[in-house]
Amino acid sequence: MGFALTLLALVVCLALAWRLLGAYMVAVFEGRAHWLSWVERPLYRALGVDPGREQGWQRYTASLLIFSLVSILLTYALLRFQALLPFNPQHLPAVAPALAWNTAVSFVTNTNWQNYAGESTMSYFSQMVALTVQNFVSPAVGMAVAIAIIRGFARRGSAAIGNFWVDVVRSVIYILLPISFVFALVFVAQGSVQTLAGPAHIHDLLNGVGQTIPRAPIASQEVIKQLGTNGGGPFNANGAHPFENPTGLTNVLSILLLLAIPVALTYTFGRMVGSVRQGGAVLAAMTVLFAGWLAVAVAAEQGPNPAATAAGLAHQPGGNLNGKEARFGVAGSVLYDIASTQTSTGSVNSAADSYTPLGGLALMAGMAQGDITPGGVGSGLYTILLSAIVTVFIGGLMVGRTPEYLGKKIQAREVKLAALGVLVMPVTVLVLTAIAVAIPAGTGAVLNRGPQGFSEIFYALLSQGNNNGSAFAGISANTVFYNVVGGVDMLIGRFGIIVPVLALSGVLAAKATVPASAGTFRTDTPMFVGLLVGVILLIGALTFFPAVSLGPLVQQFSHGRLF
Amino acid sequence: MLRHLRRSIVLALCLAALCGLGYPLLVTGVATALFPVQARGSLGPNGSTLIGQAWQGPQWFHGRPDPYTPMASGAANLGPRSRVLAAQVAARLAAWHRLGVTPTAELVLGSGSGLDPDISPRSAYVQVAMVARARHLPVGAVRRLVQSQVQGPELGFLGEPVVNVLQVNERLARLR
Repeated sequence: MGFALTLLALVVCLALAWRLLGAYMVAVFEGRAHWLSWVERPLYRALGVDPGREQGWQRYTASLLIFSLVSILLTYALLRFQALLPFNPQHLPAVAPALAWNTAVSFVTNTNWQNYAGESTMSYFSQMVALTVQNFVSPAVGMAVAIAIIRGFARRGSAAIGNFWVDVVRSVIYILLPISFVFALVFVAQGSVQTLAGPAHIHDLLNGVGQTIPRAPIASQEVIKQLGTNGGGPFNANGAHPFENPTGLTNVLSILLLLAIPVALTYTFGRMVGSVRQGGAVLAAMTVLFAGWLAVAVAAEQGPNPAATAAGLAHQPGGNLNGKEARFGVAGSVLYDIASTQTSTGSVNSAADSYTPLGGLALMAGMAQGDITPGGVGSGLYTILLSAIVTVFIGGLMVGRTPEYLGKKIQAREVKLAALGVLVMPVTVLVLTAIAVAIPAGTGAVLNRGPQGFSEIFYALLSQGNNNGSAFAGISANTVFYNVVGGVDMLIGRFGIIVPVLALSGVLAAKATVPASAGTFRTDTPMFVGLLVGVILLIGALTFFPAVSLGPLVQQFSHGRLF
Repeated sequence: MLRHLRRSIVLALCLAALCGLGYPLLVTGVATALFPVQARGSLGPNGSTLIGQAWQGPQWFHGRPDPYTPMASGAANLGPRSRVLAAQVAARLAAWHRLGVTPTAELVLGSGSGLDPDISPRSAYVQVAMVARARHLPVGAVRRLVQSQVQGPELGFLGEPVVNVLQVNERLARLR
């Protein structure tokens, strides 16, 4: 009952976000929002950017890549020089080179894979100036790319796809900062910590327990971690930590924040291409897949923990509670982790490694589909549009006509770029997993034996390749091998898709629009939604079924066996 | 190319100042003024109500079987078919049985944070007889104490009802 009401509340809030935030983002990216121009204009002046001047796709891409490179170098430098920088009350030393590389790439690519425990590795300065900043910048870059491809569809015969600097500045100032500020205060009211005072030392006279309790500016980072679908928490326990996610209310607000922008962007997309129904169709495909995997995971986690059953714990009426917090219960934990793995956020409020085999499979599924249901901020939309192009292509093959999408003829070049964008993630993830399971540096890092150990390795590379960042966290991936390989995985998973998307954007913007005719395959109908869902499932299954059968499926079908 | 580089550096530095210093410091200032207790970690004389502690012996209510080391948060991460987990659960079950308690699943399975401050009301009720016996208190009085300590869910439906272990033990210490 409580769970049904929670879902209902979430759906109502997301419907409002879809309509209101979606329309607001149209205004922001079309330059019709001005209420923060007193922050915006000085920034353009400092950058030497004329907001009225747009870029072609090559320049847009060059700006994005160079900016990302500078961001990685700056983050790396801040982490390496941590000991010399202020706000370091615990006197933490410099972050080691391999870990600093992995972390810098991780936060710049919106992955937020964490090979460190925040409370014992990162100073307040590193948390704020190195990491929280990228929690704003990386989703802003994702939104910029999404808006660029939307413009590609919306424009005809245009050489320009927008101005990268303007898109990023507007995303941060008008969308991410104001929402984060408001929700950060709500999180503090609920119990999330927000202080620079350093750790607290307590001594409980009742039980003789002494504790050193780490503190930090948590709430401010927590909120943008969710809103920007980043996922990198200030503490090792991430969203399970009571200082990050103190109550049932913050738990649902977290879920709302991480779904809000990816969902609302489908409205922005529909409005900007001139048909809200087109955005609705994309959202419908996302929703079907999301709801399906949520149902699988909730059903699986209602079952008992197999190892506890084997140990003689007969009654487990609440479901598999291993690795889950009492205040969230099974339903609140599963909803959070599913929302997080399907949005490329990767924060967790319960231990993914301790899910039942099918529950763990459902967490992997969102990533195996390419994190597009609804996916990360910006990245979810631009990646699912690649699948949409593949879908109209397959539809076109069936009826023997040149496919069209949103009035643009989809020809050889567009299909090649879309196929490249769709395939780059699976190829990278599978090749790197094969390497990792073949050498001791890869297999030595796992905690659990047998198929669960394989799942830990596969999940790590799948998560980083999708810029998700969640983990089967038994793996000890803070090794030179995993830090370096993970960094490569994240870079390819991010920019290997962004570059084809921006190229596509340029190609589409230059094209003329063809008027729809009676023979046009409509892309705003349930038929198209069904076909799109089918294509996404098919690509995911064809690429990842063998790998998934070595991990979760082996465990599911090994009745009563322990490893 | 050089112009891209210069703009990249300027934008990175400007956003570092705006989002990395301005935003968190402003939130810290406003939050400390509006919610001073929460902003500093919900600390009481015996610790934070949000950070669990280990409780020993039959005279206290126990929380989850977590390490409760706040400087190293995190779950145990043992898989669903782990031999190690099965052995741990068997040992925890035996320990509870020695205390005369039939535990709930929550009392033998670790949490997600390793710091869970709460247990479900049912997990508290199964410990009532143990605590009452050890403290020579009437079972009814201890049961009423637990009843009075049940919190949530938020707004009546968000999350699960819980008992905060530190708070219930603080009240218990004062119970005559």
